[in-house]
Amino acid sequence: MSIMASTGGETAAASAARRRSGRIKASRIVVFLLLCLFSAFLIFPLLWMLSTSLKAPHEVMSLDLRLLPEKFQWNNYVELFRQYPVFRYMGNTAYITVMNIAGKLISCTLVAYGFAKYRARGKNVLFVILLSTMMVPWAVTMVPLFILFKEIGWYNTFLPLWVPSFFGDAFSIFLLRQFVMGIPKELEEAARIDGAGLPRVLWNVVVPNLKPALVVVAIFSFFYTWNDFLGPLIFLTDPDKATLQLGIQFLRTQFNVQWHYMMAFSVVSLVPCLVVFFFGQRQIVEGITLTGIK
Amino acid sequence: MISTSGSGAKWKESYTFYLLISPWLIGLVVFTLGPILGSLGLSFYDWDLISPAKFVGLRNFREMLSVDPLFWQSLKVTLVYVVFRVPLALVTALLLALMMNQKVPGIGVFRTIYYLPSVVSGVAVSMLWIWVFNPNFGLANGLLGLIGIQGPGWFSSTGWALPTMILTSLYAVGSTAIIFLAGLKNISESLYEAAELDGASKLQRFFTITVPQLTPTILFNLIMLMISSFQTFTESLIITNGGPANATLFFNLYLYQNAFAYSRFGYASALAWVLFTLTLIFALYTFRSSRKWVYYEGGDAS
Repeated sequence: MSIMASTGGETAAASAARRRSGRIKASRIVVFLLLCLFSAFLIFPLLWMLSTSLKAPHEVMSLDLRLLPEKFQWNNYVELFRQYPVFRYMGNTAYITVMNIAGKLISCTLVAYGFAKYRARGKNVLFVILLSTMMVPWAVTMVPLFILFKEIGWYNTFLPLWVPSFFGDAFSIFLLRQFVMGIPKELEEAARIDGAGLPRVLWNVVVPNLKPALVVVAIFSFFYTWNDFLGPLIFLTDPDKATLQLGIQFLRTQFNVQWHYMMAFSVVSLVPCLVVFFFGQRQIVEGITLTGIK
Repeated sequence: MISTSGSGAKWKESYTFYLLISPWLIGLVVFTLGPILGSLGLSFYDWDLISPAKFVGLRNFREMLSVDPLFWQSLKVTLVYVVFRVPLALVTALLLALMMNQKVPGIGVFRTIYYLPSVVSGVAVSMLWIWVFNPNFGLANGLLGLIGIQGPGWFSSTGWALPTMILTSLYAVGSTAIIFLAGLKNISESLYEAAELDGASKLQRFFTITVPQLTPTILFNLIMLMISSFQTFTESLIITNGGPANATLFFNLYLYQNAFAYSRFGYASALAWVLFTLTLIFALYTFRSSRKWVYYEGGDAS
């Protein structure tokens, strides 16, 4: 359809294209097939994960590579939830994730608004510092942070995993700042003339206009926290407090890895990510485009 | 009078600015700058967090350079990974973006599929790779078996483990491709039309228009890929735990082991500073060299 439409145009480029339309059509078909092939490479491992999770043990440990199980073993999932505290892991992960999203939304909005709309001595230097903190490897701050949190009694609690998010995050601040700069000054001024103070300007003018960007920050923060392994690995020791990522690792360290359970567990941990991704993909693409092209 | 009220307003603006950014400023001191300095200080100590810390001067660094073969091994593994993964990922991502930039149907679907692996980066995907590259029952060797090839041991083979790690890292190349695609869409159509009128071939147009116009995006992706490659950790811990025979002992994994398995917090901090310095050197060198190869709009005039 779209190939027909584009060759049917009347611009100079299109008429040039029409002269060679046969060749172009052929090359487009090749490109299309290559894109499909690469998509298959990306999708197939995930399908394989799903397929393994629904197979019986003897099928899993066989050389017979079939995508469809002989019989769908939905019971694998029932057993997984019965034998392992998956709901608890999920609850722990969800709690940490929600706190992280809340922390970043609140703190980063304030900081981004400051950087976007105020003039002050030292602002440019601070902004450069903000950007350069993105380059600091986590390995450098890991040991001192571990010692710090251990000293104040936060070891083996969720606190080290979400409290820092209430103090901003360089990437989110940068992203939000780009959006705040696009809010017309007149909107804020009108609110101020109506007697609104800073909190009301933020809440009634900035936040509503910033909604698309806040969604992007929330989504990225969701993926980051949900998939985080290092933080929980370092700060949590109590199995009751484990996150999903740690839970999967526990299963792996057991004597005999049962791959149908392992893949079922993996599927369970990925489903929330997939749901968020499918609902938020437009915003995600806009978000990375905006930060990548400065 | 006017000047004082002017400076009063200025002072109030500064005050509000610092009030607004105060959460980040506090976080900067407590969670970033403080720990950076703490880490630097710790690198001169020997400390297991139980017995009192002991000042050892430069001994941690001397030990690394002269008597610790695992330091060199982990450095080698990480550098090999960076040197192969970064160009491979850049070229693959660029090819994907170029294909997506053709007017093919279903572009939205492709974009979704290509970005999808980037959001499922957790432990689950590492488990998937262990399973897919299982030497006996894995999908990879199963498929190779169909065409009569006896597949290698992948992660369990000293020779194949690191290349397999590089290969699986390309799974998330779609996010880089999408940034390239955005860069391609930013190139003005008129440049191509002008070149076509001048009779430039497709290949000529690619090297004289697309590549130069895309260099800022290439620089961005290069830096991001480099930083993330230097920091590889989760995959190496989960999939191989550094093995077999330290063939995938990534720098950060070795650092983590020193801190949390051997309780050598001073030595781990010293390692962290080596990594930090290396990352900075690579990044700064890339930025410096970029002046020669990155094309900025209107750059010739200035």
